[in-house]
Amino acid sequence: MKIVKIPKKKLDLFASILRQHWEIHAPVEQNGRYAFKPLTHWSEARLHYNRTILPPKKYFMPPRETMFHYREGKGYVPAQEELDQRLILFGVHPCDIYAINILDEVFGGKYNDPYFQTRRKNIGIIGVDCTPDEHCFCRSMRADTVEKGFDLFFTDLGEEYMTLVGTSLGDDMVLMAAPLFEPITAADIQKYKQVSSEKRQAFSLDVEIHDLPEIFELEYKSEIWDELGDQCLSCGSCSMVCPTCYCYDVADTVELGSKAGDRVRTWDSCLFHTHALVAGGENFREKRSSRIKNRFYHKQRGMVAEYGRPSCVGCGRCIVGCPVHIDIVQVINRLRGEDHANRG
Amino acid sequence: MLIADEKTVKTPVLADNPYQPHLARIVRIFKMVPDNHLFTLRFEDQWTAERFKHRPGQFMMLSVPGAGEAPISISSSPTRPGVLELCVRRVGRVTDALYRMQTNDVVGLRGPYGNGFPIETLIGNDLLIVAGGLGMAPLRSLVWWALDHRDKFKKITLMYGAKNPAEMLYRDELVSLADRSDMQCLLIVDRDPTGQWKHHVGLLPTLFDHADINPATTYAAVCGPPVVYKYILQRLLALNFSKDRILMSLERRMKCGVGKCSHCSVGYKYTCIHGPIFTYWDAINLPELV
Repeated sequence: MKIVKIPKKKLDLFASILRQHWEIHAPVEQNGRYAFKPLTHWSEARLHYNRTILPPKKYFMPPRETMFHYREGKGYVPAQEELDQRLILFGVHPCDIYAINILDEVFGGKYNDPYFQTRRKNIGIIGVDCTPDEHCFCRSMRADTVEKGFDLFFTDLGEEYMTLVGTSLGDDMVLMAAPLFEPITAADIQKYKQVSSEKRQAFSLDVEIHDLPEIFELEYKSEIWDELGDQCLSCGSCSMVCPTCYCYDVADTVELGSKAGDRVRTWDSCLFHTHALVAGGENFREKRSSRIKNRFYHKQRGMVAEYGRPSCVGCGRCIVGCPVHIDIVQVINRLRGEDHANRG
Repeated sequence: MLIADEKTVKTPVLADNPYQPHLARIVRIFKMVPDNHLFTLRFEDQWTAERFKHRPGQFMMLSVPGAGEAPISISSSPTRPGVLELCVRRVGRVTDALYRMQTNDVVGLRGPYGNGFPIETLIGNDLLIVAGGLGMAPLRSLVWWALDHRDKFKKITLMYGAKNPAEMLYRDELVSLADRSDMQCLLIVDRDPTGQWKHHVGLLPTLFDHADINPATTYAAVCGPPVVYKYILQRLLALNFSKDRILMSLERRMKCGVGKCSHCSVGYKYTCIHGPIFTYWDAINLPELV
């Protein structure tokens, strides 16, 4: 892999070169929290942040997306007006890149989702390393580092960012701004190892995922699920902020007074009462406890069967976002009978 | 600089879009049973109509303009190509809108989806098809596939139960099958208010008393409401059927049909791509499946 570095004070210059070709979106502070937004000035970008409110999935599967326009005589015409937008997401954390890699699998395969895939190809990703806070457990979920899914990846070495070049496009970005980049030295490599070690020691949360599928099978009838069902509000916040929750609903809208309309998909949550409701009134997950169990089960157990790993990346958003403080780390540790662990 | 231009994918997503409904014309509406009409559809595009292939047990996503999309199992057999027959129950928003349509109106279709019956595995065996109520809709495709490939199977037995003769799907067609000597077609109704019914009266599981089923050489395909699964599975297990020789066709809420939207998840499988045909062994291992 090609590895170079860029002095921090030259980042704004780099951004202005990139901006000749792409719109740059980066984490921006918003009442003490962060959100990915289009930059008007490089100075708004915050590369040291804990987590954005919504994950970058909002760029690849927007909360509301028109799939087709229905026109009488023409049928269902794919909507592709917004798909050509070219962006760079600057400052994506490893866990979020890992999550996008998981979504690649979900929206790929035999039935390729052309909306997701087109956006994925049109959006560049510049990753940035981070320091875990008290809600991060990406290391437990093996998502604290990524080896693919980014065009460039920046690691903070103090005065400079070490830059991993992940794709040919990333290489083009570096070449466009060639005078800003420098080769790395032996001292940089030492510094990188030091940063990596410090990050490792900064984690305060830990869960063991090794035999989690078996634990979930054994605890399928645990009373923990009923307790969680009593606690959960079915608000779906955890699904909305989750970087790998990809459930969506589809609805047709009609323009008044005509036979034309749109087919629109929107984010959905398996916690919503209607998620498994079929026409005729049968609801396969009527109880809230069965819905929250399904969410945990699908993420930590189902995805292992389908894609070889849990789809949770340990970003901590659901812990921060849950209005009744349901904490996935606590739930897993309780299921494992290790609820004494981690909580101080 | 050319690099940035290469970044943008300009290929229309139209090219290979699994969500694309294709227009199909309603060529016949057969009012089989009240609120259970049989719709015969043909793709508008001749090329699509001719090359369409499916397996018994698969389903389509049916679009009614303005109303939405719903999964509907295919009732016609691939051995009778050219048109598609969908037995649609009037039960929700999309089907209600379909019932307001008339012959020669246009709907959208995409598919076929789902695994369908494992016909390669079934070939060479005895076939037992058990349907209760509306469960006949997805199984009819298998019945005709098997009868059109009669030499590929040993014994074929069909058991079908409905509340009364008026609610029996494909009644005339199935009654005529009862005359065939190369299969056993057992039809039963809970009650016969007409007094004209010449077949069995009683509960579906009692038909097992009239059939000679060898569990070692038979695959059983079952579809019906939960109560049918409950009692038919009891019967089959009492006969010592191995759990992977029992095949069940299931339904769930579906929005995409292609394993993305997650509404049809059961345990760690999706009904749309891993099903809708599951073995009883799958069912035991997938919580919430039946």
